[in-house]
Amino acid sequence: MELVNLFIRSIFIENMIFAFFLGMCSYLAVSKTVKTALGLGIAVTFTLLVTVPVNFLVDTKLLQPGALAWLDPSLAGYDLSFLSFIIFIAVVAAIVQLLEMIIERFSPSLYNALGIFLPLIAVNCSILGAALFVQERAYKTLSEATVFAVGSGVGWALAIVALAAIRERLKYSHIPAPLRGLGITFIITGLMGMAFMSFMGIKI
Amino acid sequence: MSQVTKSEPKEALFSKKNIKILKDPLNESNPVTVQVLGICSSLAITVKLEPAIVMGVSVLVVTAFANLITSLLRNLIPNRIRIIVQLVIVAALVIVVDQILKAYVYDVSKQLSVFVGLIITNCILMGRIEAFALANTPWKSFLDGIGNGAGYAAVLIVVAFIRELLGAGQLYGYQVIPYSWYLDNGGWYSNNGLMLLPPMALIVLAVLIWVQRAKFRQLIEN
Repeated sequence: MELVNLFIRSIFIENMIFAFFLGMCSYLAVSKTVKTALGLGIAVTFTLLVTVPVNFLVDTKLLQPGALAWLDPSLAGYDLSFLSFIIFIAVVAAIVQLLEMIIERFSPSLYNALGIFLPLIAVNCSILGAALFVQERAYKTLSEATVFAVGSGVGWALAIVALAAIRERLKYSHIPAPLRGLGITFIITGLMGMAFMSFMGIKI
Repeated sequence: MSQVTKSEPKEALFSKKNIKILKDPLNESNPVTVQVLGICSSLAITVKLEPAIVMGVSVLVVTAFANLITSLLRNLIPNRIRIIVQLVIVAALVIVVDQILKAYVYDVSKQLSVFVGLIITNCILMGRIEAFALANTPWKSFLDGIGNGAGYAAVLIVVAFIRELLGAGQLYGYQVIPYSWYLDNGGWYSNNGLMLLPPMALIVLAVLIWVQRAKFRQLIEN
């Protein structure tokens, strides 16, 4: 039950885009058509699903104060948490590269659909952001971290697909010239964020 | 041996061209409102002025030095692995900034939480390193970094100013709207709580962009 709650919360209430503005760069750049938006959304969810548990394990088994004790009791005094930024980003970059190679080798059709997005994802703030949130909020178990990762990914995908759908329609409307493009996209995102705020307090 | 050494004419440290590099990002090519870089980490910390200023300064320092270091190394970095090298340079600088913030302004660094770490994936850094530092001399890249960092900080500070003033009636933590104006104390004023919620950051920024583009019409998109 806890996990279901966490899942719902990370999709709707603590949505990566509407509550934390993470991954805005690709959110704004790749939301012109629904099809590509969906592709990127799936790619982000998939990457989160793989990288967040790995980063969670790296954090709890290597970096946290005293985390090295499982190797040898004499290492219990070490605290490597100051290294977390550089290790996390290295893990993310390496896994994204690896995923790209694996997908290319085993599923060319999936590669054609997601391949072009994968390099973009290494520097997508939501991937590193999720890893840092897991550390910050001190999720206890691997399953919690994984559920949080999938939830955030689905929430991100939902947001970008919704925005792309709106932007496809936007072509036919009259927008004041200075607001065209970036400006109106921000306003729409803001309004969508307000709509998502109505999910606040949902509990199952 | 009459080797002609072609050296570029020595340029003054603050020549017109360099000043332009420094000043352009503040308005005409502002990283946030025009180039659409670095929005990721910029909006969540604009509820109050203090974290916005600290964040702006941190990003300014990181962009300036990341640009400088990359530019110094630009002839040594193999093209194929340049992204990883850039990430390592940036991540190392961010760790330094994070440790300094934790040591000297602990409260603010708690408020910024994960967003200090997210400077690493801030698109401004990668964008400026790729677009500028890899092709220019260290001093110019340094100025470009300062300019873009300042442009980013300026947007943060303006958004935070508006949100804190209208949302909490305070500036930098000090009460600006007199207490006697408030409804509770028999006045007529009440804070706009909506301003403190995340969506308003986007809308305030949209209005900023609107104002900027209405003034500088060459920036309008088609």
